Amino acid sequence: MDSEAALAQSPQVQEHKIPKYITPPPPFSEGIFPCSDCHKDLKPNPKRRKLELMHTDIHLKHAGGEQWCLDCHDLNNRDKLHLINGKLIDFEEVYYLCGQCHGTIFRDWKAGVHGKRTGEWNGKKVYRLCTNCHNPHQPHFKPLKPKRPPERPSDIK
Amino acid sequence: MSKKQRKNPLSLKLDRRNFLKGSALGLAASALPLENADASFIEAFFQKHFREMNKKEIQEVLNRLEKEYSEQYKKHVTVKATKAMPGVQFGYGLDLSRCIGCRRCVYACIGENNQSRDPQIPWIQVLSFRKGDKWTDLEEADKYYNPATVPEPEHWYMPVQCQQCRHPACTRACPTQATWKEPDGIVVVDYNWCIGCRYCMAACPYGARHFNWGEPHIPDDELNPVTHYLGNRPRYKGVVEKCTFCIQRTREGRYPACVEICPVGARKFGNLLDPSSEIRYCIENKRVFRLKEELNTQPKFYYFYAT
Repeated sequence: MDSEAALAQSPQVQEHKIPKYITPPPPFSEGIFPCSDCHKDLKPNPKRRKLELMHTDIHLKHAGGEQWCLDCHDLNNRDKLHLINGKLIDFEEVYYLCGQCHGTIFRDWKAGVHGKRTGEWNGKKVYRLCTNCHNPHQPHFKPLKPKRPPERPSDIK
Repeated sequence: MSKKQRKNPLSLKLDRRNFLKGSALGLAASALPLENADASFIEAFFQKHFREMNKKEIQEVLNRLEKEYSEQYKKHVTVKATKAMPGVQFGYGLDLSRCIGCRRCVYACIGENNQSRDPQIPWIQVLSFRKGDKWTDLEEADKYYNPATVPEPEHWYMPVQCQQCRHPACTRACPTQATWKEPDGIVVVDYNWCIGCRYCMAACPYGARHFNWGEPHIPDDELNPVTHYLGNRPRYKGVVEKCTFCIQRTREGRYPACVEICPVGARKFGNLLDPSSEIRYCIENKRVFRLKEELNTQPKFYYFYAT
């Protein structure tokens, strides 16, 4: 393999190749999207504050409290998210946004290693968006109830 | 369950040895309990070794089993014998940094692979360890943990199932060659040839093989009717069974049931011979280890810590 071909296959060059697999839609709360339905008549307020009239069900526990709404949501186009460089992205491409901070996870996700896969190991795979598994406002998984433990040999009749 | 229990012909009191003795004396007819045996019983008794049967003979066996199972479970049960795909060696990855010990995989496996519900013999055991213990002792690990929620603080979890070794100790221990390694690397058991001696269980260093001490019981409505001869078809009392990487699914290109159920995406699966597969990425980019490497069983089940 010549050096050019080797470079083309290197992880750095392929970094932003997003696999073209099926992903389920982003898990919006019912009736919440498009955001502009409500926000079109509201005057945008860029001031960092605690929301008291709406979205009170959202408790932001992400990045130790350093984050707030407009770090990800766009002030002027409510139906989009924005990257640090100002580029607007759809909610369906949220991985670009998360990948800005969680780069190694993004890399693993693209390779099919971070996150859950279903479908075919050699064909059609179903990927999940970051937000399909993690609540973006509280990304840490909530504890689960474990399923029943196995029977102890002494309990088998 | 139907009154008529399916019987593994090998487990009858009349064994081959006595039968052959009888037949040598020309008493074949009287040596076999023919008066209460139907044709399928006799066919089962004379069934050849799976790997020595030709296509037509295998098909006859599958037809016989489909009929038996469909009658017993009162629904249409299919038994396939899909062959290994060429150029495939299955490998499995498990991300210990993600597993939370919820046991969803255990029960997905029980459902998919028609394991007996009562008595229960799950193929996947999830071990719980305390974080920070100087020695991690596999033998002393707790698999009966049952807190209100998992993960428990200061604990980590390691699911163990058949490691699909490249050098399996179990297959060499089997006196009847009822268990062997398939071309795609899956170690399988022929439940019609297993005599229940459990030598393979003693040989397996991972506790991955399980024995049907009792008549396996699966409610009719819970039986998974899509089965494979070497995998999840209903088993007999007195035979050994184990994880087959969901042979009935993976040979058709699908992921195993445990991979698809895992809520945290800790389980990875793919073709070790395909450089672009997920499992190859794990092995090449993560620090993987295999259980009890010093025994040189060379498992195709890789544990790693991704974060």
